[in-house]
Amino acid sequence: MTDPIAGLALGFGNALTLANLGWALLGCLLGTAVGVLPGIGPALTVALLLPITFKVGATGAFILFCGVYYGAMYGGSTTSILLNTPGESGSIITALEGAKMARNGRAGPALATAAIGSFVAGTVGTLGISFLGPLVVELALQLGPAEYFSLMALCFVTVSAVLGGSALRGLVSLFFGLLLGLVGIDLQTGQPRLTFGVPELLDGVNVVLVAVALFAVGETLYLAWRHVDAPQEVRPVGRVSMSRADLRRSAGPWLRGSLLGFPFGVLPAGGTEMPTMLSYYAERRLAGPEARAEFGKQGAIEGVAGPEAANNAAAAGVLVPMLTLGLPTSATAAIMLSAFQSYGISPGPLLFEQQAALVWTLIASLYVANVLLVALNLPLVGLWARILTIPRPLLYAGILVFATIGTYGISNSVTDLVLLYGLGLVAMGMRRFDFPTAPVVIGMILGPMAEQAMRQALTISQGDWSTFVTRPVSAAILAMAVLALAGPRLYAAFLSRRGGG
Amino acid sequence: MNGPGPVARARAGLPWPDLAAGLFVLALGGLAVWQALAIPVSPIYAQVGPKAVPFVVAGGLLLLGAGLVAQALRGGWSHELEEVRDAPPANRRAFALLLAGLGANLLLIVPLGFSLAATAQYVLVAAAFGSRRFLRDAAVALVLTLAAWFLFVELLGVNIGAGVLEGLVLRALGREPPA
Repeated sequence: MTDPIAGLALGFGNALTLANLGWALLGCLLGTAVGVLPGIGPALTVALLLPITFKVGATGAFILFCGVYYGAMYGGSTTSILLNTPGESGSIITALEGAKMARNGRAGPALATAAIGSFVAGTVGTLGISFLGPLVVELALQLGPAEYFSLMALCFVTVSAVLGGSALRGLVSLFFGLLLGLVGIDLQTGQPRLTFGVPELLDGVNVVLVAVALFAVGETLYLAWRHVDAPQEVRPVGRVSMSRADLRRSAGPWLRGSLLGFPFGVLPAGGTEMPTMLSYYAERRLAGPEARAEFGKQGAIEGVAGPEAANNAAAAGVLVPMLTLGLPTSATAAIMLSAFQSYGISPGPLLFEQQAALVWTLIASLYVANVLLVALNLPLVGLWARILTIPRPLLYAGILVFATIGTYGISNSVTDLVLLYGLGLVAMGMRRFDFPTAPVVIGMILGPMAEQAMRQALTISQGDWSTFVTRPVSAAILAMAVLALAGPRLYAAFLSRRGGG
Repeated sequence: MNGPGPVARARAGLPWPDLAAGLFVLALGGLAVWQALAIPVSPIYAQVGPKAVPFVVAGGLLLLGAGLVAQALRGGWSHELEEVRDAPPANRRAFALLLAGLGANLLLIVPLGFSLAATAQYVLVAAAFGSRRFLRDAAVALVLTLAAWFLFVELLGVNIGAGVLEGLVLRALGREPPA
């Protein structure tokens, strides 16, 4: 079903049942909590919740996951404002101005503008999903395996080489993920690959294990390595309200941030760093002289409202390629994709036809989650901030308890735990040397799909590799991938030649 | 390039950590090549065999590892990272305690079951992060690990065998622990 209005009518009918509202509420509560807690994020949480796919139907599970995903975006801003330690990468910019506002006793308005901005952006983003999604599906239905492979290649390049500090390190992360994805039985020929003769590895490396190692064990090890005994300061919340002036100053940034963030999320580039940064610079430039003086000093509310909206809109946008093409561009989306696989549902354009009820219920529940979240976050933000007073030693030790049980539960095997802690050490090294972690998860989950698409394409072309460049759409996508990889470097070389003479 | 100039770099010597990271990636590539060679030839006809992609990935890792090593030999990248420049000195005590916690869990989880093993781990990890109140930590840990066990077993339906403590609690609730 690709008519958005009919789809939404169907979706809301399902999403507003008591059970599904319950899943949404549970997801929102959990998501906000993990968003607030430093050290855990939505990717880890969804990974730990994956076993629920064996017990609960697909609709309930995905409503829960999406609630966690949206909720973590709301909660993350609380932490960056009150602690000045961003809970996840999209909140880094929020921390810039938000923490300064909190230091000046304006934590309340900062939290309020973040929550309402998240709501505006989440709603704009979800509207975008509802109306853009079906259009993308219509286009995607025309694509064959060759085009799909090229799309995935583009996705690989953008998530690893375009974002982050260094293309080289991003690509290393991606290839590490591809390597992990190869472990196990080859689906087409039944041959064991990269198993080192260990029978436990025939089933492949478990997604939960890798996510937990990367996001919980590695992070905790790194924090211990860098640990300094010093109490952390949590700024008081104060009254969460906005003056008329605050509202007037926030409205523009909310809308601009939303409109800026969403396209970035939809593009296979993914990532929330770029739109939040762009929104920050845009708002600083557009601000009146009075507000501009507050930037970087007392903290300007525009610098919280804009980036926070951009962050949430981009996060919503990421769901478009995930639902319509089956392309995950963030770690959380990649883990949700593996949840689809565990239900035997193959995400992609056919999802909207074969699983119309599921997709539209999911989208409708995103609207529901947004309303729930703004209600949970505006009046109750003081309660959420209490979570921040949990002593660090207890918090980190607790994260490892859940990491351990989540992994041990896969097959009650100590081998898994050894693998978990070993990969955790690797992840700690990645953190120390600034290797991004998201490309590992994306490579691991998307890699096998890309290989399958490539083999299908080559089977259709009877082994002719030129099929990827002679089919015009595929060639155009591959050209974009090459441009994304080489473009920035060529440009830099061009600039340095012109500058250096 | 906005790192230190060639003089400062020469004084600092080779960035050994960066070099080690590069060599690690190279070794990973080597490992991948070895494992790709070990894939048996498929008896089933396929246009693209099971070996092709593993070789591409292995080759990619070797190339990227070489790139990192080259970057390390030209001064490395760590000195450009703000987080590394401003980092406090390594806390070996905390790190060792945390590793001890993970080790304790590995050793104890089979004989004692999840809750007790994870409690030992919890106390050691909390100590790593500077906690001195071991009794409080142990009490928190017992409640938390039991709650986590029941959450995963009862609500998520994960099969984790009942250990010593879980068995006691289940019997106290008048239920027979699963085998």
